[in-house]
Amino acid sequence: MTYLNTFFTEIYKIIFLLLPVLVSVSLIVWLDRRIWAFVQKRKGPNVVGPFGLLQTLADALKYMFKEIIIPSSANKIIFVLAPIVTLTLSLIAWAVIPFSSELVLANINVGILYLFAISSLSVYGIIMGGWASNSKYPFLGAIRSAAQMISYEVSIGIIIVNVLLCVGSLNLNEIVLAQQNVWFIFPLFPMFIIFFISSLAETNRPPFDLPEAESELVAGYQTEYSGMMYAMFWLGEYANILLLCALGSILFLGGWLSPVNLYPFDVLPGAFWMIFKIIMLFILISLVKAIVPRYRFDQLMKLGWKIFLPLSLFWVVLTASFLFYLDMLPGTGS
Amino acid sequence: MKINRIIKTIFMTDFISGLNLAIKKMFEPKKTINYPFEKGKISPRFRGEHALRRYPNGEERCIACKLCEAVCPAQAITIDSSLQDDGSRKTTRYDIDMLKCIYCGLCEESCPVDAIVQGPNFEFATETREELYYNKKKLLENGDKWETVLAENLKADAPFK
Repeated sequence: MTYLNTFFTEIYKIIFLLLPVLVSVSLIVWLDRRIWAFVQKRKGPNVVGPFGLLQTLADALKYMFKEIIIPSSANKIIFVLAPIVTLTLSLIAWAVIPFSSELVLANINVGILYLFAISSLSVYGIIMGGWASNSKYPFLGAIRSAAQMISYEVSIGIIIVNVLLCVGSLNLNEIVLAQQNVWFIFPLFPMFIIFFISSLAETNRPPFDLPEAESELVAGYQTEYSGMMYAMFWLGEYANILLLCALGSILFLGGWLSPVNLYPFDVLPGAFWMIFKIIMLFILISLVKAIVPRYRFDQLMKLGWKIFLPLSLFWVVLTASFLFYLDMLPGTGS
Repeated sequence: MKINRIIKTIFMTDFISGLNLAIKKMFEPKKTINYPFEKGKISPRFRGEHALRRYPNGEERCIACKLCEAVCPAQAITIDSSLQDDGSRKTTRYDIDMLKCIYCGLCEESCPVDAIVQGPNFEFATETREELYYNKKKLLENGDKWETVLAENLKADAPFK
């Protein structure tokens, strides 16, 4: 009986986390399209529901009624598994994201490691999709995507090391709490820029949308997908973007902390500030989509391996020596 | 020059000015119109759906000269004619295959009595092919329906003919 009780409590908690995430993904797709349209002096989706807010819901409904076509030469099991893997991986990562000091599903002490592991795994969904389609464009898209995600994950990892040096803990809540005096965006500003650009590459957003470059690869690894399977890829992609926005706001923008510890700001709940920061970062990401042309693949690799990686490694040494000489290294007992 | 470029790259000045422009453009008025609810302005010369006009007394303008049939590059127009009791020549059949029509406006231009004209209507999509084989009855109906607009447009365009 107690076992069942715990089971249902956990299920309840998970649903309580996942439903808002899925709803906000659909809203964020709307926001993305809207901002993109506004920069180009268009109106964007504005017919379905107030301001077109329900557009994504209508799209999802449409996808549900569409036929799922599985190519005859595809590896059926992996082909079906790929979107499931993508969506699942992008959703389970939300388990450790703290929305306030208590509002977190699993407050594990290696939260950042968990997040990093999950986001590394998410490349599998794309590779599986591209390979199982057994067709040229998806295959090329998947190869590109794998190369790109792996290269940029390296620099993201090292940027995270930078932050961890300043915090001395892998727990996401403690990372947030370490920024009570000053957000890490100020001392580690170049790292924030590199993190932002790497997260664009990590989520296959423009200017690094080579895996799905529509003028070259039709739709990349999604070419052979249709109906709800395509929608799952698409949900997973946006959930991943949101996740990296959340990670960025935790690592650099003080997570659920209010910007200043003064009266009108500190009464608002932590979740508000967390969501606010995620949305602000997302708006920046969608503005970038509207203004930049696509990178060439060799430029992308050059940027990742020859600029970002050495720069972030150098910054690790810089941060470490700075903290060491000023005796500010956390966790050394001073 | 080279150092200038490097500094520009490091501080991402191009990117920041682009971002600035994007944010500025975001708040400018939009160029899009909500199409089915509001429509764009069209020229009086617009070549839309065809119509056969009548004189104010109700008599058909068309004298069955078949110039339009002859000039039509897509051969979309078919005309039969006969002599009426009053000695005038009128059409007994005036068909336009709207699927063949390329909306070039030559029929309108060749007509000596301004009988066949192309009106401002462009929303005449149908669900079956057959509905787009227009006959005389349909074309005359169109003429009656759009007469005010058609007359206005012809008048507006007259100085340039």
